[in-house]
Amino acid sequence: MNMKNIIKILSFLLLINSFNVFSQNVASDDAQMFKDYFSKRFPNIEIEEYVDGSYIFDEDAKEQWLEIEDFPPYEFDIERGQELFETPFTNGKSYASCFENNGIGIKQKYPKWNEAQKAVITLEYAINQCRESNNEIPLAYGKGDIAQISAYMAFTSRGNIIDIQVSTKESIEAYLQGKKYYFSKRGQLNMACANCHVATSNLRLRNEIPGPMLGQVTHWPVYRSKWENTGTIQRRFKGCNTQVRAKALEYQSETYRNLEYFLTYISNGLPINGPSTRK
Amino acid sequence: MKLYTLLLLLFCAFANAQDEKNAINTTIEQGYQLVKNRTMGNCLACHMIQDEKAPGSFGPPLVAMKARFPDRSILFNQVWDATTMNPSTSMPPFGKNMILSKDEIEKIVSYLLTL
Repeated sequence: MNMKNIIKILSFLLLINSFNVFSQNVASDDAQMFKDYFSKRFPNIEIEEYVDGSYIFDEDAKEQWLEIEDFPPYEFDIERGQELFETPFTNGKSYASCFENNGIGIKQKYPKWNEAQKAVITLEYAINQCRESNNEIPLAYGKGDIAQISAYMAFTSRGNIIDIQVSTKESIEAYLQGKKYYFSKRGQLNMACANCHVATSNLRLRNEIPGPMLGQVTHWPVYRSKWENTGTIQRRFKGCNTQVRAKALEYQSETYRNLEYFLTYISNGLPINGPSTRK
Repeated sequence: MKLYTLLLLLFCAFANAQDEKNAINTTIEQGYQLVKNRTMGNCLACHMIQDEKAPGSFGPPLVAMKARFPDRSILFNQVWDATTMNPSTSMPPFGKNMILSKDEIEKIVSYLLTL
């Protein structure tokens, strides 16, 4: 067989393979692959434990963290979030009218793909869409009211199992875009999210152990001692971008929404345990 | 007269050697400061150096450097752009991405080779 034929056959095989991406669910393969990766790397840690982030690797730090959780600094945020959630809009309706089950215990389904909008809808994005559809001004993202409402909604969802759907062709594309972002190097320090949160889990950056990718989404919003208040996961995305000296993206930009979609899908099967506290 | 010239020459030679030694010490000391500085080298974020506090463990410990890098230029290149050896490395390409200047990396390499 000459070289030309070999190349022809190879490109044909590649072509078939690229169709396959959509005929089988790459996403569900990924979710299993990452879970296998972590359980092989840390055979003594159960998959369910990953909701506690890097504390699973450090008993002393876990003790201290659990003590903080006894009197959590986000308690006020949950109360305030509930108050905001239950306060009617000017038109008399409330947040409950925009969500399934009146917005109670539904965080495990977000972010979700919206076929009509052809977009990934995160919980915070949905909160603001709800406001806009009721002629209210959208809230500023990242912290404050939106983080408090989200904290309350997460609190009502504690223990519910994350169940993100990635099935249609376009939702898979959004998922893959998020995945690509997570694994692409960027910034002056030339680091990908995966550099700290996958390959080097249980290794230290100075004194700190970066949280493993698996379970990274379950505990948001988070009261961070560094922030001295409660913030959303996308606030952390921005922080990560800045730390590797890359330009942070806009809150709820398509890329950040897709990133959150990918990251949450990987944690399918784990329970929501937000809000929580971190350093 | 002859004796005076001889003494002067001797003095100059000695002073020169001393200057050179001081210069090397200064280079190593500056390299050490760059290694420790969190906004410059920040090497301790990922690498252990003996007797230094709170080192990270992403990268290998910085020990026996002279034995590991008999060729100075290989160590220089590793700091300049570690991705040439391993494209998926976590190590930032300090020279290539202009985090540090060539001169600064030379100083760091001089310090590292004392470890």
